[in-house]
Amino acid sequence: MNCDVRLMKGNEAVAEAAVRCGCDGYFGYPITPQSEILETLMALRPWTTTGMQVVQAESEVAAINMVYGGASLGRRVMTSSSSPGISLMCEGLSYIAGASLPCLIINVQRGGPGLGTIQPSQGDYFQAVKGGGHGDYHCVVLAPDSVQEMYDFVAEGFDIAFKYRIPVMMLSDGMVGQMMEKVVLRENRPRKTDAEIVAECDSWALTGRHPNRTHNIITSLQLQAAEQEAVNLQLQAKYQAIQQNETRWDEYHTDDADVVLVAFGCSARICREVVDMARSEGLRVGLVRPITLWPFPSDRLGELAQQVQMLMTVELNAGQMVEDVRLAVNGQVPVCFYGRMGGVIFTPDEVLEQLKQHL
Amino acid sequence: MDVREIICEQNKVYSKSKILTDTTLHYCPGCSHGVVHKLIAEVIEELGIQQRTIGVTPVGCGVFAYNYFDIDMVEAAHGRACAVATGINRLAPERVVFTYQGDGDLSAIGTGETIHACNRGESIVVFYINNAIYGMTGGQMAPTTLCGMKTATTPDGRDPKLHGYPYKITEMLAQLEGVCYVTRQTVASAVYIRKAKRAIRRAFENALAGRGLSFVEIVATCNSGWKMSPVAANKWLVENMLPFYPLGDIKSVGE
Ligand SMILES: Cc1ncc(C[n+]2csc(CCOP(=O)(O)OP(=O)(O)O)c2C)c(N)n1
Repeated sequence: MNCDVRLMKGNEAVAEAAVRCGCDGYFGYPITPQSEILETLMALRPWTTTGMQVVQAESEVAAINMVYGGASLGRRVMTSSSSPGISLMCEGLSYIAGASLPCLIINVQRGGPGLGTIQPSQGDYFQAVKGGGHGDYHCVVLAPDSVQEMYDFVAEGFDIAFKYRIPVMMLSDGMVGQMMEKVVLRENRPRKTDAEIVAECDSWALTGRHPNRTHNIITSLQLQAAEQEAVNLQLQAKYQAIQQNETRWDEYHTDDADVVLVAFGCSARICREVVDMARSEGLRVGLVRPITLWPFPSDRLGELAQQVQMLMTVELNAGQMVEDVRLAVNGQVPVCFYGRMGGVIFTPDEVLEQLKQHL
Repeated sequence: MDVREIICEQNKVYSKSKILTDTTLHYCPGCSHGVVHKLIAEVIEELGIQQRTIGVTPVGCGVFAYNYFDIDMVEAAHGRACAVATGINRLAPERVVFTYQGDGDLSAIGTGETIHACNRGESIVVFYINNAIYGMTGGQMAPTTLCGMKTATTPDGRDPKLHGYPYKITEMLAQLEGVCYVTRQTVASAVYIRKAKRAIRRAFENALAGRGLSFVEIVATCNSGWKMSPVAANKWLVENMLPFYPLGDIKSVGE
């Protein structure tokens, strides 16, 4: 096993992971705060080693459609961007979801709306979790809170994407993308060979019309309403299975907690500190960190609501995930919210202060 | 004489390409799309590249081409076919990839994707079906609609002051280094069809040889959108479209 340990940025970790976990292609367009992903890949020159292809596209619209093309081959393909670029990708994302193609999309979020700011934000929660593009679809959304997770979620994202033929989004932010931490560069997975792709994906992918099967068609178009509804029902069945099997979260001092904080990504890192500070003052505070934002750990939060007096959702936005927390808690106990916007980041003291006001 | 005595093996003078499925075409009678499909299918069959070829269909009347070609195909979002083809070409360079796009798809909403795929010199074939109109959505103005031409959104005829001028993206693309072959053809008569087939074959041969991007424009009819009979539409095309969209090779590099 490869136990390479390095100090690197979250964005660099993504690039390194892509090359090491058998990614076939990356298509992207520069935007702060994630341009290091494309830059690192170009510097790594994986086409000379693993054969992975890297293309700087002319726009995010083109990039996501290159991903669509690569994914239709049954290949492991990915793109990354930050908030305004993800907005441009949403059309393609909807097509990818509609055609049931696997791929990985990384959003290193910055403040918005509009051109916004280049500082970290979690303002794209709704876009990532509730849709973004048109139509009834979901991406699996993974929220890393460390550079290690940005690394690990590349391989994990591809595994989920191929298991369910679904687009997976890693919803990171400018803080996790830019900060430097120690990373264990786990596992080296080779790229799949043509024969392995055929074995894995020949029933649906563009592996080339051969005498043993009829032609494969990748499309999201159904002109008959009943046929479209059948596609929708298939998607919903898949989403149900994902909700059952793939919901992930982390808990910190929830066992005896009277109050539970709910936070994801970089906010969760800050909230761990808040929990420690509160505990040192004798307050029994815990933390739930959803790792998958869709599917959301609703059942667990509903369960915890029976044990605690209050939940507080902490996000770098105007209050987005809090809606899902409230749905999960379903009025059993109060759910309050604290957030900052526009790239401003709360300190642990600030969050603790807010928490105390609600006690 | 019974019709079955006439339709028999020894009287057979023509059969459709094996690359075309038995699915009934949805195109209006008289439309050029079916003829172009036939030519592309014949070339794929003659070159023996059924398994190697992947087609990318547009949003437009050609969207269902994936039901007619017996090869693996993918349907792109409106205008994005050249980006989709890029993804395929980069990850499967041994494949022969073609896009099949209308003039709205390619030279309006997909202008950017088209220019940049050409500029990168993706080793693909692009078919550009220019019928001067948006067929699928009911005959609205396209970027290629001739001045004075009546469409659903130019009921008084295209007025360049209001709607801008028709433009020739084909000539523009010929300027780009990555493009090895640019040609404009039509299928308005048997003679034109034979020439168009030669151009299509050349384009696929370029892709097989990895020479760069080949761009084949087909000046086409949309007799429903133009509100003409098929015969009148072909005549109108020759008299009105060809003076503005002249036929022939515009660029041809290496062989
Ligand atoms: C994003 C988007 N915008 C608009 C449409 C509607 N639409 C479908 S086909 C089409 C025009 C097609 O015209 P053209 O490309 O010239 O092809 P033709 O139908 O004439 O062969 C339009 C505007 C769409 N499907 N998607």
